[in-house]
Amino acid sequence: MTYIAKPKLRHPGIAMNKLGFTHRDYEGSVSTLCAGCGHDSISFAIIQACFELNIEPHRVAKLSGIGCSSKTPDYLLGQSHGFNSVHGRMPSVLTGANLANRDLLYLGVSGDGDSASIGLGQFVHCVRRGVNMVYITENNGVYGLTKGQFSATADKGSKSKAGGSNMDSPLDLVSMALMVGATFVGRSFSGDKEQMVPLIMAAMSHPGPAFIDIVSPCVAFNNHAGSTKAYDFVRAHNEAVNRLDIVEPREAIKVEYAPGTTEDVALHDGSTLRLAKLAADYDPFDRIGAMNYLQSRAAKGELVTGLIYMDASASDMHANLNTVPVPLNRLSEKELCPGSKGLEAFNAAHR
Amino acid sequence: MPPVKSINDFVVKFANVNGSGSASANEMFARSILRMGVPVTSRNIFPSNIQGLPTWYEVRVSGKGWLGRRGGVDLMVAMNPQTWDKDIASIDPGGYLFYDSSRPIPLSKFRDDITIVRMPLTEISNAAYKDPRQRQLFKNIIYVGALAQLLGIELAVLEQLIGEQYKGKDALIAPNQQALRMGHDYARDHLAGICGLKIERANEVGDRIFVSGNDAAGLGCVYGGATVAAWYPITPSTSVAEAFAKHCRKYRTDPQTGKNKFAIVQSEDEISAIGTVIGAGWNGARSFTATSGPGISLMQEFLGLAYFAEIPAVIIDVQRGGPSTGMPTRTQQSDLMICAYASHGDTKHVLLLPEDPRELFEFSALSFDLAERLQTPVFVLEDLDIGMNDWLCEPFAWDDRRCFDRGKVMTAEELEAGKTFGRYLDVDGDAIPYRTLPGTHPSKGAYFTRGTSRDRFAKYSEEGAVYQDNMQRLLRKFETAKSLVPAPVVRRAKERAKNGVIYFGSTSPAMNEAFAALEADGIHLDTLRLRAFPFSDAVLDFINTHDQIFLVEQNRDAQMRSLLVNELGIDPARFISILHYDGTPITARFIIAAIAERIGLKSKEAAE
Repeated sequence: MTYIAKPKLRHPGIAMNKLGFTHRDYEGSVSTLCAGCGHDSISFAIIQACFELNIEPHRVAKLSGIGCSSKTPDYLLGQSHGFNSVHGRMPSVLTGANLANRDLLYLGVSGDGDSASIGLGQFVHCVRRGVNMVYITENNGVYGLTKGQFSATADKGSKSKAGGSNMDSPLDLVSMALMVGATFVGRSFSGDKEQMVPLIMAAMSHPGPAFIDIVSPCVAFNNHAGSTKAYDFVRAHNEAVNRLDIVEPREAIKVEYAPGTTEDVALHDGSTLRLAKLAADYDPFDRIGAMNYLQSRAAKGELVTGLIYMDASASDMHANLNTVPVPLNRLSEKELCPGSKGLEAFNAAHR
Repeated sequence: MPPVKSINDFVVKFANVNGSGSASANEMFARSILRMGVPVTSRNIFPSNIQGLPTWYEVRVSGKGWLGRRGGVDLMVAMNPQTWDKDIASIDPGGYLFYDSSRPIPLSKFRDDITIVRMPLTEISNAAYKDPRQRQLFKNIIYVGALAQLLGIELAVLEQLIGEQYKGKDALIAPNQQALRMGHDYARDHLAGICGLKIERANEVGDRIFVSGNDAAGLGCVYGGATVAAWYPITPSTSVAEAFAKHCRKYRTDPQTGKNKFAIVQSEDEISAIGTVIGAGWNGARSFTATSGPGISLMQEFLGLAYFAEIPAVIIDVQRGGPSTGMPTRTQQSDLMICAYASHGDTKHVLLLPEDPRELFEFSALSFDLAERLQTPVFVLEDLDIGMNDWLCEPFAWDDRRCFDRGKVMTAEELEAGKTFGRYLDVDGDAIPYRTLPGTHPSKGAYFTRGTSRDRFAKYSEEGAVYQDNMQRLLRKFETAKSLVPAPVVRRAKERAKNGVIYFGSTSPAMNEAFAALEADGIHLDTLRLRAFPFSDAVLDFINTHDQIFLVEQNRDAQMRSLLVNELGIDPARFISILHYDGTPITARFIIAAIAERIGLKSKEAAE
């Protein structure tokens, strides 16, 4: 948490997006995380994604639980309302916020301590309920604020800084999200901005529960030899199955790929997702196949990253609940209260 | 012991097997007496079970209109062999036993100081019906027909009730009416003149309605403008959420589009339920959860967050017997302390204490105004007795001029006009700050909500002075709440009274009856009915102007006494606790005995 506001100086040549916002308009307070923390790179990627997507900052609500990752919403989108709730319970708060106003973009930022232990129940239930959100876990396999205990996503055999080995089996949030019905699932690495930004953009354009697990090394407690969440280890074992690019209508394609290796997918907001296949046999629209692929690669010690799964025809909780299109928090007594007339029949039926 | 003779003043108790379909027949019996213009009150006594265990339904007929549980039984309808001995033993001397005599029961199993009314119900039903389920269900209707004849309930009244109950399923009307007549005719031919208990037509019901508290609470939430409900099933609160859903389907579905102006989430647990309520409240929707004691225990951490971060939330707590799983299908008033001071750290929460379904309807609707005005959780503390039983109460009313009080929410226009926004800044002197809703203004009014300490402008701070400033304001805000919550109701005795009684919630009907009986016996006591926490000055005045206060509660530890002592700084010796906590609703007999004993002791002391 910080109370340090950034100075409001602006370079005259700074780039603006279509709404006239600069990158700066999407930033928040100065980060108080450790220098080199992967979480700050993720914050930057979120800021970049919002800038690129021309999102009005105040139309985002950012929610988090407790932990290093949960502090980060303070460091981005300073014009958005934020809610730092209680440990592991952000998903339920986000669910309620989303029910109250379906028109905002809900960004849930969490970590492995917050979402894979105390919050595991809320995480899966929020996903299976189909809440329209972007849920990001900043996954470092370790409890940072309490100085280096293993988290539930730490791999079996991974070494702690103090020298101990983790003997418990790891929880894989990506597999869980797939199993319980997330309609957009990605995994990335905080050291790979090119992969993160379009992935977050695609998730933000997705009209259903979107989950991205981002491995984000903890430079203070989990970046040593023997840790499977260290920068070096993740770089060596990262297997990206695809590359994404968000293509706006009628705009030049930014990256050229060999013919036959790309696929264009129309996104909800009218833009197109260009998918470059890196693993020829990987199909991100096949949920069962994705689950199999993840397990087989994980058994070989590889970390599959990229767009893991997407259901382009997804819907959300509001569709399931058949709610009115106008946000519920905007309805007045005229629309909500049946008045004295409504009581006449009730009273008569109870005599 | 001569058989009891009584007109419009007796207790009928039905002993049944859970899941045998007796509930609707028994309720029809109670309703038929109401239609005769005679007040009744009914109570379900049921186990935590779906099928097979014993269940009882108690109907008190009171021409004088006393609606509390009386205690004792004048007519036992013994339909459950499992509980036979206990049921027979519970009949008052001179009372009546009505039972199914299809199978012989040894003489030693009866009492000679009661009147035995024998009717071969199973035989009659089996002769008339082939289907086993029909045999069971119609047996219930047959005994209702027989009881109608024995007690003098007009058959036409019951026939009309059957017509209303099966409206739309017309094929069921004739067979039910036939079963009713079957029972009626048997009683007429074989049991004439045996029963000294009678219902006589009266005009004591008026336009009152017969309704359960949980139904009323669900409707109150519709009227209060709740759009988001998140809940987890738990007895005895489940029917609040179900009632809300039922009333929403009726009143809140857009007739043109079929779309819902509400959202109901069955959460994975109570923690998630209150989290969703808080998220919705933060984002400007009126939201609530319904739960019972174990759920309140689970919600503690979130309730502290809502208190400290100042987020509106409504919690309807249908209290049951605690601690732990306790007595899940029995009533108590034992969540006072855990709600009043919910969560770790220094907290105080607003409690509303309705006395019956009618007041529960009003308080449920009101709770949303209070929660948004005060930006804090508001508890509506009802209990199983109110929630799961049908009570005779005044019809519900609504003033159409009434508007929701949405509290202090700063709008985009106000922000644009340059109005200072400090999320935790006391601008108006009532210690209630302004809030903004997410998405209001592009560049003004955004803030970070957190459970950690922060300054008046919502910036994180662990400075002692800043923290204390905020905590003191929260205390002042609680002072403001005193003037907004429902005031206590004081009732003066006919003669000047030295002593008083304080009570609240579902104790009301028993207390009303006790008050009248004590007055008649020359024991004059003023009474005060608490309707909310925090306590207003009127409560302190009442205590200060009486020598001794009888404090009637339905819990073991005199929790309300602790609250009064703690919050008002009262000498504990001023209170004499009358505590009823066996899980059954408190009775006038219990209160009268307890007060008479204490008053007796006092006058004895004085005489010595």
